[in-house]
Amino acid sequence: NRWRKLRFLLLFNRQGKLRLQKWFVPTSDRERKKVIRDMIMLVLPRQPRTCNFLRWKDLKIVYKRYASLYFCAGLEEQDNELLALEVLHRYVELLDKYFGNVCELDIIFNFEKAYFILDEFLMGGEVLETSKFAVNVSMEQADTLQE
Amino acid sequence: MPAPIRLRELIRTIRTARTQAEEREMIQKECAAIRSSFREEDNTYRCRNVAKLLYMHMLGYPAHFGQLECLKLIASQKFTDKRIGYLGAMLLLDERQDVHLLMTNCIKNDLNHSTQYVQGLALCTLGCMGSSEMCRDLAGEVEKLLKTSNSYLRKKAALCAVHVIRKVPELMEMFLPATKNLLSEKNHGVLHTSVVLLTEMCERSPDMLAHFRKLVPQLVRILKNLIMSGYSPEHDVSGISDPFLQVRILRLLRILGKSDDDSSEAMNDILAQVATNTETSKNVGNAILYETVLTIMDIKSESGLRVLAINILGRFLLNNDKNIRYVALTSLLKTVQTDHNAVQRHRSTIVDCLKDLDVSIKRRAMELSFALVNGNNIRGMMKELLYFLDSCDPEFKADCASGVFLAAEKYAPSKRWHIDTIMRVLTTAGSYVRDDSVPNLIQLITNSVEMHAYTVQRLYKALLDDISQQPLVQVASWCIGEYGDLLVSGQCEEEEPIQVTEDEVLDVLEGLLVSNLSTPVTRGYSLTAIMKLSTRFSSVNRIKKVVSIYGSSIDVELQQRAVEYNALFKKYDHMRPALLERMPIMEKTASNGPTEIVQTNGETEPSTVEAKHPPPVTQPTNQANDLLDLLGGNDVVPVIQTTIPTKPASAGGELLDLLGDLSLSGGPAPAPAPSVPTSQPPFLLDGLTSQPLFNDIAAAGIPSMTAYNKNGLKIDFTFERANPNPNIAVITIHATNSTEAEMTDFVFQAAVPKTFQLQLLSPSSNLVPALNQGTVTQVIRVLNPQKQQLRMRIKLTYTHKGSAVQDLAEVNNFPPQSWQ
Repeated sequence: NRWRKLRFLLLFNRQGKLRLQKWFVPTSDRERKKVIRDMIMLVLPRQPRTCNFLRWKDLKIVYKRYASLYFCAGLEEQDNELLALEVLHRYVELLDKYFGNVCELDIIFNFEKAYFILDEFLMGGEVLETSKFAVNVSMEQADTLQE
Repeated sequence: MPAPIRLRELIRTIRTARTQAEEREMIQKECAAIRSSFREEDNTYRCRNVAKLLYMHMLGYPAHFGQLECLKLIASQKFTDKRIGYLGAMLLLDERQDVHLLMTNCIKNDLNHSTQYVQGLALCTLGCMGSSEMCRDLAGEVEKLLKTSNSYLRKKAALCAVHVIRKVPELMEMFLPATKNLLSEKNHGVLHTSVVLLTEMCERSPDMLAHFRKLVPQLVRILKNLIMSGYSPEHDVSGISDPFLQVRILRLLRILGKSDDDSSEAMNDILAQVATNTETSKNVGNAILYETVLTIMDIKSESGLRVLAINILGRFLLNNDKNIRYVALTSLLKTVQTDHNAVQRHRSTIVDCLKDLDVSIKRRAMELSFALVNGNNIRGMMKELLYFLDSCDPEFKADCASGVFLAAEKYAPSKRWHIDTIMRVLTTAGSYVRDDSVPNLIQLITNSVEMHAYTVQRLYKALLDDISQQPLVQVASWCIGEYGDLLVSGQCEEEEPIQVTEDEVLDVLEGLLVSNLSTPVTRGYSLTAIMKLSTRFSSVNRIKKVVSIYGSSIDVELQQRAVEYNALFKKYDHMRPALLERMPIMEKTASNGPTEIVQTNGETEPSTVEAKHPPPVTQPTNQANDLLDLLGGNDVVPVIQTTIPTKPASAGGELLDLLGDLSLSGGPAPAPAPSVPTSQPPFLLDGLTSQPLFNDIAAAGIPSMTAYNKNGLKIDFTFERANPNPNIAVITIHATNSTEAEMTDFVFQAAVPKTFQLQLLSPSSNLVPALNQGTVTQVIRVLNPQKQQLRMRIKLTYTHKGSAVQDLAEVNNFPPQSWQ
C-alpha cells in the first residue's frame, strides 16, 4: 500500500518540545504520539557531524538542525533523501522570508502561520510550489483578507 | 463575560509555568473557559478559542471537544475563521471520525467560492485528509478546477487529484482528459504538480503508462530547457534551475523508460547530459545526479551510460559530504548484484569508507565490502576486513565475524590461510562470534585433515593466553579432545612444534571446567574433550577421576554427561574406543542454489554423521519432482534442498539411544531418547542445529505467522532478514504436534513461484514429539529480488500412529514486512 512520499514533518527543539506536526497519512492520536517520541529519541542524541539520514521501521528519516529547531521528515523507501534535505531547506527559507530572520519564537507565537506557509509549499506529502517567491506572494495576499 | 484572552497572551502565560503541574493547571483553567465559551455559541471569539485549543493540542493536551467548533468555523463567511477552521480540521479530525463527513458540503461550497484563497483552503484540506466518500462526492469539482486557467488553483487541483486517485483508484479515468495539455504550462508549480499527477497515474495503471509514453519527448524538452536556461532568480538553487522539477521529471522518465527500448533510447542523451554537466559541489546538484543514476540503472540504458552512472556513485564516495557517501553506498549495494564488475572498480574507495567515523556509513561499507569479495581479491580484502574487525565498535563485530567466516570459506586460497583467518577472528573478536559458527568451524577443521596438528597447536596456544572468549574456548576444547594426541607428540609441520605433556593439556581442560569465565556449554565441551582423550592419552586414571567427580555436579547437563561417561568406563569399556574414535570427514552439503543466494549462503550444514554410520544419502531430485508434478509445473521452481537426513538428527541421539535401551546400575538413569526435546543440542555434536548465520541486528520485528494448522500439526513461520543481502528473507519453520502420538519421518518441503529462489536447510530432526513437547525447526532462505508478494506451497509427509500422512497447503498470509 504505497502511500505519500512524505509521511510526516515534525519540528521540535533540543528539549523535545514539539513546535509543529504535519501528517500526510491518516494517523491516530496514539500513533502520532509514538512517532513523535521515537523521532525525538532517535534524532536528539545524534552527534553534530554525522549523516542526516536514519532508518526507522520501513521509512527513511531525514533530519536537519536549524538553530534550536530540528526539522524531521519521514520518507518512503524509494524516495530521494538528498532532495528531501532541499525540501527542508526550502521550507526554512520560506519561513525566513515571511518572518524576517526567523527563529524558534516566531514559530511558537505564530504557529498557525507556519502551518499556512507549509500548506502553500507542500500538499499531500508532495511539493506544491517550486518558486521561491510565489509562496510568500500568496501568503501576503491571503493575509490581507484576514478581518 | 470578559473577552477570552488572546492567543499570544495565552502562549506567553503558559510559557511562564515553571513546572509541568503548573502548566497543566493553566491549561485546564483555559480549557474550562473555552468550553463555556463554546457552549454559549459565541461567534465572535470562536476563532480565537479554537486557535488556543490548537496550541494546547500541540503541547499534548486533549482537544477533541473542539472538533465541531472547527466545522462551524469552516462554515463561517469570514476568511480568518475559515483559515483556522480548516487548520483545526486537519489537525484534530481524520477519516476515522464521522464528524469529518459533515465537512463535505462546506468544502463543496468553498471549492466554488469567488475567492481563490478560499478555494485553495478547500482543495488543501480535501487533498490532505479527504476520505473515500468525500473524494467520490467531490471529484467532479476537483476535475473542473484542474482545467481552469488560474495556475494557483490548477496546481492545487492537480495534487488534490493525486489524493483522490490514491483513495479511489477507479476515479483515475475521469482525470484523463484534463491531463491533455498540462505539460504545456509555463508555470513551474503547475508543471511540477502535473508531473506528480502523471507519475501517480502511470504507476497505478499499465494502460495509462502506455498512453503517456508519448510524452517522453516533451518531458525531455522541458528538462533540457531547465538545464540550458539562464539564471532564473525565482527557481534558482545554487546555480541550478528548479531542482525539484528536474528530479520529478527524471523520476517520471524512469517509470516511462522501464522495460521500453524506444523510450529509453529517447532519453539517453538527456540523461548523459545531466550526468556530465550537473554541478556537484553542493547537495542540490548531487540530489539531481542521484536521481539520474537511479533512472539510468532502472531503464534499458546502454552499457556506456550504466558505467557512467556507477562512476558517478564512485565519485560520490570520495565526496566530503557524509550524506552523499551514505547515499552512494546504499545505491552501490543495490547494484552490486547486477553490475558487479563496474562496482568492483571502486573497491578500494569502498574499503576506505570502513575507516569513516560515521556509523551508518561504516555499516554500509562493511556490507558492500563483503559483497565484493571474490577469489581474486580475497587476500587483500580480508586484510582490510580483519583490521576493521579489530578496531570497529562492538555492534559490528558479530556481523563482521560472520561475514569473514563466510568469505573465507568460499574463497580461501589455502587451508592454512583459512585456519589462520579463523584463528585471527576467534582471538580478536572471539566473544562476538555467533554461537552457531562454532559447529561450522569444527566441521571445517575436521575436514582440513592435513592441518589438524597445526590447528590444535595454535588453538592450544591461544587458550594459554585467554580463556574468556567462549566460542574460541569451545572450538579449542573440541579440537584438543580430537587431536590431543597430535599435540603431545609434537607433529606439527607448519610451524615449530611445541613441547607439551599430557598432564599440561589436562590441566588446561580441567581449568576450563572450574573457571568462572566458562559457560555451561563450554564446560560441556571440555568434559567431553577430556573424555575423548581417554583413548588418546595414557593417563586414563586421571581422566576417570575427573569424570567421576563431575558425576555429582550441580549442573544437570554436566552431571548427566559425567554419569554416562562413567558408565562408558565401567560397563561399556569395550565400546569406548570405537565411540570415541576420531571423527570422520563430515560431508559438506553441496553449495546448491543460484549465485544470488550463494553470496550469503556459504553456510554448509554438516550432514548428520556418527562414528559408525555412513553419512545419509542426499535425495533432492525425486522429491523436488514430486512437488513439481503436484503443483503443475510452469510457474514453480523446484526446491533445492540440502541433505534430508534419513536418520535421527544427531550422533549424540544415537549414543543416547544406545544407552537408553539398556538398564544401568547405579546413578540416575539418563533420560531416554524420545522424551529429550529435539531442539536440544545433542552431546557429541553440540550446537549443530540449522540456524542461519546472519541475523539482522536491527531486525525490523517482522511478525511471525501460522502457516499450517491441521490434524494436530501446527507449523509457524518466524522471520529474519539476511544480512548483507536485504532481498533474502530467512524463515524458520517451527513444527509442533498436539496429538497424543508422535509424528515420525517428518519431512517438510516447499516451492515458490518462478521469480523467487528458495533454499531449504536441514531440519533439526524428523520426529515431532507428541503433546507439544518439542519443536522441529528448519530454515528456509528465500531470495526475492523483485520484492514480489511471497507465496509458497508446502508439502508435509509424516508417519502418525502407524500410517503415512501426506498433505499439501498454500501459504499466502505472509506479513508484508517479510517480502517488502
